[in-house]
Amino acid sequence: MTSYRNIVRDGFWTNNVGLVQLLGLCPLLAVTGTFINGLGLGVATLLTLVASNVIVSLIRSLVRPEVRIPVFVLVIASIVTLIELTMSAWFYELYKVLGIFIPLIVTNCSIIGRAEAFASKNSVGKSFVDGLSMGLGFMLVLVALGSLREITGTGALFSQAHLMFGDAARSLKLVLFDDYGGFLLAVLPPGAFIGLGLLIALKNVIDRRMQRRAVRHTAVAGRVAEA
Amino acid sequence: MQFPTQSSPYLPPVNDVTRLMVTVMLAMIPGVLCLFWFFGWGVLFNLLVASFAAVGTEALILRLRRRPVRPTLGDGTALLTGLLLGAALPPLAPWWIPAIGASFAIAVAKQLYGGMGSNPFNPAMVGYVVLIISFPLQMTLWSPPHGAGHDLLPLLDAARLVFLEALPPGTRLDALTMATPLDAARNDIARNLTWSEILQRPLFGSFAGRGWEWINFGFLIGGLWLWQRRVIHWQIPAGMLGGLFLISALFYIADADSFGSPVFHFFSGATMLGAFFIATDPVSAATTPRGRLYYGAGIGVLVYVIRTWGGYPDGVAFAVLLMNMAAPTIDYYTQPRVFGHRDAGDDGND
Repeated sequence: MTSYRNIVRDGFWTNNVGLVQLLGLCPLLAVTGTFINGLGLGVATLLTLVASNVIVSLIRSLVRPEVRIPVFVLVIASIVTLIELTMSAWFYELYKVLGIFIPLIVTNCSIIGRAEAFASKNSVGKSFVDGLSMGLGFMLVLVALGSLREITGTGALFSQAHLMFGDAARSLKLVLFDDYGGFLLAVLPPGAFIGLGLLIALKNVIDRRMQRRAVRHTAVAGRVAEA
Repeated sequence: MQFPTQSSPYLPPVNDVTRLMVTVMLAMIPGVLCLFWFFGWGVLFNLLVASFAAVGTEALILRLRRRPVRPTLGDGTALLTGLLLGAALPPLAPWWIPAIGASFAIAVAKQLYGGMGSNPFNPAMVGYVVLIISFPLQMTLWSPPHGAGHDLLPLLDAARLVFLEALPPGTRLDALTMATPLDAARNDIARNLTWSEILQRPLFGSFAGRGWEWINFGFLIGGLWLWQRRVIHWQIPAGMLGGLFLISALFYIADADSFGSPVFHFFSGATMLGAFFIATDPVSAATTPRGRLYYGAGIGVLVYVIRTWGGYPDGVAFAVLLMNMAAPTIDYYTQPRVFGHRDAGDDGND
C-alpha cells in the first residue's frame, strides 16, 4: 500500500506539515526568531511525533474506536510532559526561551493528526518512519524560517547556540554581515508571516518547475517510443 | 434661468489612471515645496531615491511575473507611491531608508497582492510602517526646520550625509537633528509642561510646529485643488478632518493645558498629506459615499489616539492601515439602497 519511500517523501515534501498542511502554525510562527529556537522546538516536536506514532500504532488494536481520541490525547500529553521535564532538567535556558510553546506541543494538530490518520491504521515500523519524516520535515521548516529571520533580522546565525549545545558552542555564532544595523521587522511577528509565505511560495515554484520538467520528459519519451 | 449648453460632440474628459496620477503629483507640488524650503535637500533626495526604487522594483517584479512592463509603469502608480513615501520620510535619513521602504511597498504590499487595483493596504504606508518599526533610530533624523536653530545643510554636505553617511566636519548627528513638534509636545506634556508653555519654544510657530504649519497648508491647497478637479471625493478628507476635529476638540475643551488644540493637530505631522493624498487612495479605501465618511472619521480618531497615547511620533500611517483593514466591512454595511429595492436591513420577510 504505502511504501516507505512514499512515506518519507510525504513527510519531507509533498505533505510537509509546515508548508503544505499548515498545521502547528502557532509555535511555527511564534518561536522561529532564531535558528536555535527553531531547532529546539523542532527537536521537541520530532521526539513527540515519533514517540506518539509508535505508541499509538502499538495500541491500535486495543483501543476501541469510540474512545480513540481521548486515548491519543492522553498518550501525547504524557510524552510532552516527559519531554518538558527533560528539557527543564538539562536545557533549562532553552526551556525558558521556548516557554509555553513546549507544553503547547500537545495541541499541535499535526501530532494528533498523524496519530489519527496514519499511526492508528499502520504497522509500528511504518508509523515510526512516518513520525520521523513528518517531524524532520517540520523541523526543517522551523530551522529554515529561523535562519531566514535571524539572518535578515540581525545579520548573524547560530547566536545563543550554547542554549542547546553547551558553553563550547558559544563560538559558533556566525556574524555574516559586520556593521549590520538589523532589520527588526524580520524578528518581529510580521516577519514570521512574511517569511513563511515566502517559503511556501518557494516550495510551489520548485514543485511547478519539477512538474514541467516531468511533463517534458514524458513528452520526449513518448516521441521516442513513437519513433 | 439659463443653463449653459454645449454643442456636440460630447466627449468625456480623459480620465485614465495616468492622468489621475499626474494630477495628484502636480497637486503635491505646493506641499513638497514647503517641505523643501523648511528641511532642505534631504527632502529631494528622499523623493528621488524612493521614486527610483519604487519604479525599479515595479519593473523587476512585473518582469518576474511575465507581465507587460511598459504600460504598467506608464500608469504612474508606482511613481506616486514612491513620491508619497518620500514626502513622509525624515530629510537626513540615509539613502537606503527610502530605497528599502519603496521596494518593500511595491514588492510586498502591491505586487504580491496582484498589482495595481488588488492591494488591500496602501503601499506607501506599508513601506512607512515597515521602516518605522525596523529602523526607529534612522526614522527620527528630522533636522530642525528652517528658522528654528541653525542653517540647513548645503547641497554637498546633505548629499554626503545621505549617500555616504559622512557627517560634515566638526558636527555630530545629534547636533543636526531635532525632535519633531509632535514628539517634542508629547515629551513636554509627559514632563508636566502646559500647552501654552510648549508653544513658546522655538520649535513652534504661531499655532503648530514651525514649518509644519506651512507644509500642511501646502498639502491642504493641493488637496483642495484635487477635489476641485474631481480627482478625489470630499467624503474621506472631510471625514478624517471631522473625526480629528471632534475628538481633539472634546479633549481640548476638557483640559486645554495638556491636550493640543484641533488647529495644532490639523497642521502637525502628516495630517493634510494623509487626509487628501494618502487616505483617498481609491484602491484601499472604502468606496461607498457614506462608507467613505466613516472610513475617514475612523482614520481621524485613530490618528489622534495614536498621537496622544501611542508610542510613535505620528499616527497617520498606522491609522490608514488599520482603516484599510476595516474598509471591506464598512463597504458591506454602507451599500446604498438600489432605487426600487427595499432596504437591505428589512428583507427578512420577503
